[in-house]
Amino acid sequence: MTQLKVVGDEAETEAETRLLERLAAEEGRGLLRFLTCGSVDDGKSTLIGRLLVDSAQVYEDQLKGARRDGHGGADDIDFSLLVDGLQAEREQGITIDVAYRYFSTPRRKFIVADTPGHVQYTRNMATGASTCDFAVLLVDARNGVLSQTRRHACIVSLLGIKKIAVAVNKMDLIDYDEARFDEIADDFNSFAKPLGFEDVAFIPLSALKGDNVIAPSAHMQWYHGPTLMGHLETVQVGRAPKTQPFRFTVQWINRPHLDFRGYAGTVSSGAISVGDEVVIHPSGKAVHVARIVTGDGDLDMAEAGEAVTLVFAEEVDASRGDIIAKPDEDPSNADQIAAKLIWFDEEPMLPGRSYALKCGAQETTATISALKHKLNIDNLDHVAGKTLELNEVGACNISTGRPLTFDSYGQSPETGSFLLIDRLSNLTVAAGMIEFGLRRATNVKWQELSIDKGARSTLKGQKPCVLWFTGLSGSGKSTIANMMEKRLHAMGRHTYVLDGDNVRHGLNKDLGFSDADRVENIRRVAESARLFVDAGLIVMVSFISPFRSERRMARELFDEGEFLEIFVDTPLELCESRDPKGLYKKARAGLITNFTGIDSDYEMPENPDFDLSTRESTPEELSEKLLAELRSRGII
Amino acid sequence: MKKSLSTYLRQLEAESIHIMREAAAEFDKPVLLYSIGKDSSVLLHLALKAFYPSKPPFPLLHIDTTWKFREMIEFRDREAERLELDLRVHTNPQGLRDQISPITHGSALHTDIMKTQALKQALGEGRYDAAFGGARRDEEKSRAKERIYSFRNSSHNWDPKRQRPELWRLVNSHMAPGESMRVFPLSNWTELDVWTYIYLEDIPVVPLYFAKKRPVVERDGALIMVDDDRLPLNEGETPEMRMIRFRTLGCYPLTGAVESTASTVPEIIEEIVQSRSSERQGRVIDHDQSGSMEKKKQEGYF
Repeated sequence: MTQLKVVGDEAETEAETRLLERLAAEEGRGLLRFLTCGSVDDGKSTLIGRLLVDSAQVYEDQLKGARRDGHGGADDIDFSLLVDGLQAEREQGITIDVAYRYFSTPRRKFIVADTPGHVQYTRNMATGASTCDFAVLLVDARNGVLSQTRRHACIVSLLGIKKIAVAVNKMDLIDYDEARFDEIADDFNSFAKPLGFEDVAFIPLSALKGDNVIAPSAHMQWYHGPTLMGHLETVQVGRAPKTQPFRFTVQWINRPHLDFRGYAGTVSSGAISVGDEVVIHPSGKAVHVARIVTGDGDLDMAEAGEAVTLVFAEEVDASRGDIIAKPDEDPSNADQIAAKLIWFDEEPMLPGRSYALKCGAQETTATISALKHKLNIDNLDHVAGKTLELNEVGACNISTGRPLTFDSYGQSPETGSFLLIDRLSNLTVAAGMIEFGLRRATNVKWQELSIDKGARSTLKGQKPCVLWFTGLSGSGKSTIANMMEKRLHAMGRHTYVLDGDNVRHGLNKDLGFSDADRVENIRRVAESARLFVDAGLIVMVSFISPFRSERRMARELFDEGEFLEIFVDTPLELCESRDPKGLYKKARAGLITNFTGIDSDYEMPENPDFDLSTRESTPEELSEKLLAELRSRGII
Repeated sequence: MKKSLSTYLRQLEAESIHIMREAAAEFDKPVLLYSIGKDSSVLLHLALKAFYPSKPPFPLLHIDTTWKFREMIEFRDREAERLELDLRVHTNPQGLRDQISPITHGSALHTDIMKTQALKQALGEGRYDAAFGGARRDEEKSRAKERIYSFRNSSHNWDPKRQRPELWRLVNSHMAPGESMRVFPLSNWTELDVWTYIYLEDIPVVPLYFAKKRPVVERDGALIMVDDDRLPLNEGETPEMRMIRFRTLGCYPLTGAVESTASTVPEIIEEIVQSRSSERQGRVIDHDQSGSMEKKKQEGYF
């Protein structure tokens, strides 16, 4: 295709010249990513609509749409209809998700994250804020600073945004009253002092009427500051990532043939040149940069933001997730970290539960070992708590399956942030900001022992394993486990039974029956079972273990084939009619709460190793069946 | 004056490359949805850069409704050959047997069977777990809310209320078997960015984007090009040669042209800067009813 090269047509050359001139003139023009937030009905969408329309970024047919969809039929354009993208939002008249808008002026390009005001959508606000350098916080002049305003200011500061503008909107409805404006500014300042903003600009405006949005207002002669647009065009933001330590995360190994091995990724901070010595983390291997490859040819140097492919002079194995840094600028490495978490999921955070953690291109498992405290998001005060609910923020200690290579979030958001993902629902359940690695992590070393599991089990002449019985209370778990142990014992096998009730009298007597305690209950018993299996025993665990996640976590502690999940499949009605301990009766009477099957969930196993239905068979028959299975698997 | 990418476009380019590499590393079997339009051209260009010197580690897939402009198909085959790419073309066989046409069956049914259903078939048959698309957030209101990794359940449906939050540069690729992800590396590009990039990088695009005298009829305010003799003419309708071009390309009976004299990329850019109507205005399917794009997306439309 050569349409670009055709010369000779006067008009074309002129258009091309004009284009090149415009591009050259705009070259120095930077980009500002900002978010708008504030309480419901403070007029965010209207403000963005106004910015778009007045900077001529809205097309005629879209304007027509804003009139057509409206309920009112007024001649005025409903600015909010331009930006509230989803049908549900238009129906409810609220913004439930982050929407991104793009506009530009001769001085700057802008990407706006329009974020929701309602309490339940705080997570979306955090999402919008994570990529922004600046925030516009709207306040309705009639209402002043509300708890939503405070909450949003806190989230903005939590995500590391240093400069904000407080746009006091709807000034037209309070007769452009200067005293009221000053009062709101004072109010905000006295609250926001501990949040550590470097710069807060207060701007009185009316998004609906256009006062001080783009053009200065004729109604507020008392205000001498910039208009909102004026401020957006000139405010200086951002750290200087180019002067920070060099960080490069390996995303993808580029290996088209045997003679080329490159590491594709993005420079997240700092700069690198050909010939530089670098260190690959976590292996700690030092190498030299031989080439910086791009689709447009090799570069001599690359700096923050550039997506390149590094080739090293030395033969070395690096993998996805590795972080490349300069020799005297090591990132941290730890398997225990302190981090702030923003919880995103309807399911609360449970300490002890195993989640997937994604940090840059690194992925591992993680459990929250302790919730140190929750943050009251209205003022960042510390509050005691055991779990995090949707939209709550907490400071946690987290232990990871593999050590992480990272920086603190304050130093480098790119290498200091992570997501937690639920391993069953696959939803993103939390966003995390790393504060520091815990010393403890590097100090607890694994003690190498001379006699191992293989040696112990060989001596016993058996293959150690755990038979994990799960099922409702009264389903027959303990009966069958007990019978199995008697049979195995008679056969000369070395066994042990961990029974839910018994363990709760000792090891787990500090735990109750909340979801969080149930998770910890299972974690401890799974770890105990692992020690017994390591000792060479055949272990029977008889625990209700109602949650799939924890049964899966338990399974993952063991080698392939060592963990057998046995579902003691007895319907609730049958368990309840048996009621060997009289517990169902009490639960129904409300004397016991959090009782599995009554007011606490039991998640049935989807793929148990054995499904023991107790309706048609006696415990003896079921034990016989299980023994046969163990024989066929070579365990006994 | 010399052509070179502006700082801002270099930034956009790097972000898109980052997304493509991330998806290529995380998914088992990605595919690039190639629709032949300008956004697809840019997407393909970025893929060639992202994995250089390797070829993109995924095939291209085109859903052919059989009603695309002839010049689009010629362009597609020429490009695939020139770049030595693995191009796969899929048409809904049932729709082909039933001779589904936008003219006799209406745009809604045609789009559903020949695009949405066909896409689902192709993704299912190829067992693709991720599909790159060229959608941009500035195109349409419901697109503005879509994630870079847009999750689809096993029926390929989009649930706008259960989108996964995306913070920083982190995306969640976890899925159950049968579920899939649509990946949109151009999310943060605007129409103007795309054209400026096409100009500065000399990226080939279908000639239909450039103004030329073409046979058209006017229907409900839209200029429909008579691309072949399958378009039945209403009484009194005679195709006339008008100087037109297309801002967006789809099935020819559903794609309205604009009158224009812009015959080069710089002229197109000038026209966009001065224009007062958005590029999707020419798309008949978006206007079926208010919120119609959102509805189509929930049903699995790209």
